[in-house]
Amino acid sequence: MSIHYFANPTRFTRLAGRIQPWSAGVTGLLLVVGLYLGLFVAPADYQQGDSVRIMFVHVPAAWMALFCYTFLAVASAVGLIWKHPLADLAAKASAPIGACFTFIALATGSLWGKPMWGTWWVWDARLTSVLILLFLYLGYMALWQAIEDAQKAARAAAILALVGFVNVPIIKFSVDWWNTLHQPSSVIRMDGPSIHASMLWPLLLMALAFKAYFITMLLARMRMELNLRRIRALRLAERDS
Amino acid sequence: MTRKQRRLSIVAGFMLTLGVAAALVLTAFEENIVFFYTPSQLAEKNIPPDRRLRLGGLVEEGSIGREADGVTITFRVTDTVEAVPVRFRGLLPDLFREGQGVVAEGSLSAEGIFVATGVLAKHDENYMPKEVAEALKEAGQWKGDHE
Repeated sequence: MSIHYFANPTRFTRLAGRIQPWSAGVTGLLLVVGLYLGLFVAPADYQQGDSVRIMFVHVPAAWMALFCYTFLAVASAVGLIWKHPLADLAAKASAPIGACFTFIALATGSLWGKPMWGTWWVWDARLTSVLILLFLYLGYMALWQAIEDAQKAARAAAILALVGFVNVPIIKFSVDWWNTLHQPSSVIRMDGPSIHASMLWPLLLMALAFKAYFITMLLARMRMELNLRRIRALRLAERDS
Repeated sequence: MTRKQRRLSIVAGFMLTLGVAAALVLTAFEENIVFFYTPSQLAEKNIPPDRRLRLGGLVEEGSIGREADGVTITFRVTDTVEAVPVRFRGLLPDLFREGQGVVAEGSLSAEGIFVATGVLAKHDENYMPKEVAEALKEAGQWKGDHE
């Protein structure tokens, strides 16, 4: 059974409907456990104190901001090359989710920056490139709305998504390539995580919770979009008859 | 070549070109993207006085002092090779102390003193509970800043 089997919208809707309650349950469970461990059980940092707890939301949200955009770009490429109707749909559905995660990462980072750095915002390479990512998400969503014809909109938006993908490695490596105020990566690094295990576990649980949330919302949004298109097609058929 | 293969190669070529273009632009603008200069970079650059810039490094051990007026703070920012004296009047972030990474914004005076208008603390990538930090220091395994 290939991926094409589920590319059929009806089969996809049925499968998505079956996965969704499970992924929603997993999201809730992981969120509760992750937040409890992060906010109450994990120790305070030796120099940040309790402000370190912001990290348990900030870092997974920032990872998701990059993950969602990568997903969006891959789905866009599949839509462009293989003309898969569901790929365009998946790309469109993932954009608002990614935009939300990007906003959360920026907002929580700002809240952390004030007590730690002494400023809400600086124009260093990491912060600026993430702000550009937020604008890319918003521009992508706006482009979908601006073009009436769904196929043309999908094409234009997919090209924008691919152009914007250049920003993803820039965000990831900005802290290594240039002097930034933002610290380099603590978890994904050559010599292993520089974060204590008692703080790493809640962080990874939160990352998984956000992943499960992404799956839940993606499926929900794709089903919604399919239903909307069905309604539109029915209305058109009704008007023509 | 089928149409799919042709589209695939167009997209791949497009991404490759875009990547190279981005790399060239970023390399060309590197000077403007760095958030701060280290003391060594400052020493070799010969920057004219009164040009606004940011200076980043560690607060040198035992260099923090107060001037007679009681509010102006002086310290030296070092990258362990070069060091630049800094004078600052204002609020310091909580994390500011000897051995801490800082970024100061301001300009060099004619005497070679960096007159800062703002000081930010730079946090490193190490996260650990207090007990672990103390245990590491006791065991002599401490690689972070010196308190």
